[in-house]
Amino acid sequence: MPNPLYRKHIISIPDFSRAEMELVVETAARLKANPRADLLQGRLIATCFFEPSTRTRLSFETAVQRLGGTVIGFSDAASTSTKKGETLADTVRIISSYTDAIVMRHPKEGAARVASEFSAVPIINGGDGANQHPSQTLLDLFTLRETQGRLDNLTVAFVGDLKYGRTVHSLAQALSLFGAKFYFVGPEALAMPDYLCEELDERGISYTIASTIEEVIPHIDILYMTRVQRERFDEAEYQKIQGQFVLRADMLRNARPNMKILHPLPRVDEIATDVDATPHAYYFEQAKNGVYARQALLSLVLNETV
Amino acid sequence: MSEKVYARNVEALKNGTVIDHIPAGLGLRILDLFELTSYGERVTVGLNLSSGHMGNKDLIKVENLVLTEGQANELALLAPKCTVSVIENFEVVRKQKLAIPAEVTDLFACPNSNCVSHVEPVQSHFSVRVTEHDTKMKCKYCEKVFSKDIVVAVR
Repeated sequence: MPNPLYRKHIISIPDFSRAEMELVVETAARLKANPRADLLQGRLIATCFFEPSTRTRLSFETAVQRLGGTVIGFSDAASTSTKKGETLADTVRIISSYTDAIVMRHPKEGAARVASEFSAVPIINGGDGANQHPSQTLLDLFTLRETQGRLDNLTVAFVGDLKYGRTVHSLAQALSLFGAKFYFVGPEALAMPDYLCEELDERGISYTIASTIEEVIPHIDILYMTRVQRERFDEAEYQKIQGQFVLRADMLRNARPNMKILHPLPRVDEIATDVDATPHAYYFEQAKNGVYARQALLSLVLNETV
Repeated sequence: MSEKVYARNVEALKNGTVIDHIPAGLGLRILDLFELTSYGERVTVGLNLSSGHMGNKDLIKVENLVLTEGQANELALLAPKCTVSVIENFEVVRKQKLAIPAEVTDLFACPNSNCVSHVEPVQSHFSVRVTEHDTKMKCKYCEKVFSKDIVVAVR
């Protein structure tokens, strides 16, 4: 029987079952331990980036090439017929007739879902506006499993922009299938959206709203940091909250030995550089894991069995 | 004005549908959303009619047309307390039940201005969930969740 993700579109984390997420995580771990240069042999993958991205595009392209596949694509919509007014639906119809899968990022929310309705080959969402970025969540899950040895019953603190941070929303949704416990730490103006809190309530997930990073550090397995963007605040307001959600090495004294710090990157100043050398820092390894998680996704979507 | 008096203001219907007890101000919107004038049948609209228990109300009569179950359910999102009577030979033969639908397609626009559904050749689509305090609608494309009142207010 083919694996459950074979020829499926990868659009949004709520589309995934717990077993499917576990399958991606297991596959990523296997590919990290035993690289395979044959899984995409003879396959051509399009990377269509209608808006610029460094890490996501390069890590997808690395993943394809490490698995023996080849890549075509663009890194900016300015050089495509989108500029001439072509709909995404038409662009995708054409590119899907050339390739075996399409990885895409687009500034509009829902773009990947629309693309999946017009594409003859699997669409892999590399980010659609402020909506979803499923490969980020899967690499986060892989990193959680790698550092904690399990996905079930983890205690995770999310810090920073909880309102607009799509990585936070998706990871919280994903972990709610694994019985997680959450702490939310951030400015009131950037609190977790109501609809997400309601979703967690319905699933019986416990979460606590905390006002400082220090108070949650002794109780958690994972500290998931995000950037509070200056442009979300007026200057006076920003000055007030600036520094409040910044992690420094001296704050980690009471951390559990297994506690790891993750960040979707890029970081600006929310993690002081003295944290990098602590045994808790894991964000650079997390970024590296992006390649393995994306290898796992591509392999599963394009091979009946891996 | 009593029921009888205003009833004389709008012509009696032989066969068709009467949508009554529409909150005042929503009548034209319902006419427009359900394209009730597109069937070529006679449509009579009453706006700001007096109604004992609801103050003012709107009313729509459409000849020779019966709403589908789907349309009646969609109407429940806009005006849950309106009544839909099917008329045959000048008599009310049944009242259509209005139940909030689980999904609604191509009726409302997504309130999220950055939702791709506004610029691509697709129909809007929401899944509907009734919670204890509110009715929530989730856009299939941008996946944003809105309170029903916000979605139905978008023009």
